[in-house]
Amino acid sequence: MLNFFYNSNLFNWIEKLIKFINSIFFVLLLISLSFALIFSPPDYLQGDSVRIMYVHVPSSWIGLASFTFLAISSILSFIFKIKNLKLIIKSIAPIGLMFTCISIVTGSIWGRPTWGTFWVWDARLTSMLILALFYIIIIAIHKYIYDEEKANKISSIIASVGLINIPIIKYSVEWWSTLHQPASIKIMGNTTIHSSMLMPLLLMFFVLILYCALIFLMKYKTEIIRIKKKNLKRL
Amino acid sequence: MLPKKVKKRASLFTVFLSISVIGVFLILSALNDNILYFNSPTDIKIKQDIDYEKKIRVGGMVKKNTLNINDQEIKFIITDFKNEISVSFKGTIPNLFAEGKGVVAEGKLKDKKFFVADRILAKHDENYMPPELKKIMEDSNAK
Repeated sequence: MLNFFYNSNLFNWIEKLIKFINSIFFVLLLISLSFALIFSPPDYLQGDSVRIMYVHVPSSWIGLASFTFLAISSILSFIFKIKNLKLIIKSIAPIGLMFTCISIVTGSIWGRPTWGTFWVWDARLTSMLILALFYIIIIAIHKYIYDEEKANKISSIIASVGLINIPIIKYSVEWWSTLHQPASIKIMGNTTIHSSMLMPLLLMFFVLILYCALIFLMKYKTEIIRIKKKNLKRL
Repeated sequence: MLPKKVKKRASLFTVFLSISVIGVFLILSALNDNILYFNSPTDIKIKQDIDYEKKIRVGGMVKKNTLNINDQEIKFIITDFKNEISVSFKGTIPNLFAEGKGVVAEGKLKDKKFFVADRILAKHDENYMPPELKKIMEDSNAK
């Protein structure tokens, strides 16, 4: 069973998974994009600018989820010193940063016509910007500190501080008065988004998750190759 | 049975995390007033020391049938369904600004009941629905 986690076995599995995701990704992307951009109805108030939501909301979710994942792996790797976790952290950080930035940029583009401004310093927007900064710091640590043991230690400490930011982002719209609207999709209670708009949203979320998985596996593969190359040099 | 080193690292981590949670909590509660993006009319009514020179933001709903637009200025009343503030504004308004919708006005208070805004932002709510459905809902409300 433990054999599975050795990098050479993992490598073959990753190759197969990448091929599989590649085969279905573009078809699914086309389907969900056409639902989001063409077949779904415009909003009663915002008109067609509601379509930005189909990218904005899933990107924010992914930005938050990948930081949670990254922080938990950092903590586990700090406590248990598992080697594979370090590769996971290095592979997931750029993905999270990308989706956080997409979320901020699409949000600004949406905010200009609806709110009347690109940016305000309210609790939700500011905490999201802080999340992006945490990602940048973690990526920079892994890039510029060559001592891997040390880089790992510092980045786990920073990631665990960043983990506190995640519930702050989630509940910022409820704890403080913000310009950003509260969540439409709730785990408990009524969802205030019509099903004809919810369906494309969830489809887009699924497709973007697939895209994340694809990039993640490719990054992970590169990291394994990098380690193997290093060891070869040592020989 | 975990090795001693792992236990040590775990407890070190727990202490570190609890300290930082408490730290963040203290910082946020100290900043509480500044994190609030806007004040409701009720907040302003309660507030004792209002600086009339300082820019503040007031938010709430645009009260129905109070929006008055003429050549020079736009006048309306912001309400949180308990207290109200009248607002006067010169300039352009965002697309979503309408009666019965959320609004945030930035500017200076003249007195506790009158506010001169120099920027208006529309606040969108969390409801998303197609136009046909909205019409059906309005019709059923009218009946």
